[in-house]
Amino acid sequence: MLQVELIFLGSLLGILAATGGGGEAVFAQSRNEAHARAAFMEAFKVFSHPRCVNCHPAGDAPLQGEDSRPHTSLRLRRGSDGQGVFAIKCGNCHQAQNQPGLHMPPGAPYPLKDGAEDQAHRGEPRWHLPPAATPMVFEKRMPGQLCRQLLDKTKNGGLTPEQLVHHVNTDPLVLWGWNPGEGRNAPPISHAEFVHKVQEWIDKGRACPR
Amino acid sequence: MAQIVFTLNGQSVTVDAEPEKPLLWVLREDLGLTGTKYGCGMAICGCCVIHLNNDAIRSCVTPVARAEGKAVTTIEGLSRDLNHPVQRAWLEVQVPQCGYCQPGQMMSAACVLAQKANPTDADIDDAMSGNLCRCGTYPRIRRAIHRAADIAGGKGGRQ
Repeated sequence: MLQVELIFLGSLLGILAATGGGGEAVFAQSRNEAHARAAFMEAFKVFSHPRCVNCHPAGDAPLQGEDSRPHTSLRLRRGSDGQGVFAIKCGNCHQAQNQPGLHMPPGAPYPLKDGAEDQAHRGEPRWHLPPAATPMVFEKRMPGQLCRQLLDKTKNGGLTPEQLVHHVNTDPLVLWGWNPGEGRNAPPISHAEFVHKVQEWIDKGRACPR
Repeated sequence: MAQIVFTLNGQSVTVDAEPEKPLLWVLREDLGLTGTKYGCGMAICGCCVIHLNNDAIRSCVTPVARAEGKAVTTIEGLSRDLNHPVQRAWLEVQVPQCGYCQPGQMMSAACVLAQKANPTDADIDDAMSGNLCRCGTYPRIRRAIHRAADIAGGKGGRQ
């Protein structure tokens, strides 16, 4: 990575010498773009991990396990709101916390409301797929594809980049990825590092890998 | 231990229980309602399905705390007089063999019909996929759900 940067820097200096200066801003922008892309690629290790992919599937049903296989023997469907359908909605089995033991349903609570437990949803699980209108697919996405999708407000649930950072920093469903229950692996970087990389990607101009 | 208050089959009840105790065991052991069955304890088989605020839930993994302030309906409370369309259809089609899974099957079926008056075979395949039956009564379950839909829609007459 350092070698690539040095070659790039050398090329840029040559261009600046030939053009007689005025390229400092261009250089800074290019450096930021490289940093942004690098930060996104680090965050992509989380986005592409089963803890995220399993509930951001390409199809109409959730996945499970480290191998992202179809969810048990149930014929699950997303439903229009992502909550599932009929007698096998997500919240029919999943609870507000992980159930103890191997192969038991994981769970997560509702987000805090004004810093405290949301009394309207006390004890209720918040476990669901994205809604059908905005499926927010992570499964089999290339880094550039996912990057552009995350920035597209028509596809990301209407989030601004700042709201995206807030979401990955505080949403219990995201936090669950690092407390997934027995038999499930957490993503390869810490939650703090993940949030830092998403913030860095945003701060450095949100450039996407090609 | 905590005091947890909820409505059970239309009546208010108060239980002293650990908040994490599965609702299945509160119903069976603390409240004496043994119609809801234990099959796997892992939310896979569907034997333990009951209704919580009209939604089907798996009571073997649901902490009793989640029922606080809500309406719980068990198989015993599906109707007062066995006149629920699902119960009538189940009797008419003679669905059960050993019967162990049937409370959960019926509670899931009732939930399906509450959400869709005339489910298709594909709907039934999906909706009932979480209720297992070792006796293999699935064809009769399907017929009974269609029959229950007819009864609920006024095509069955009163018993």
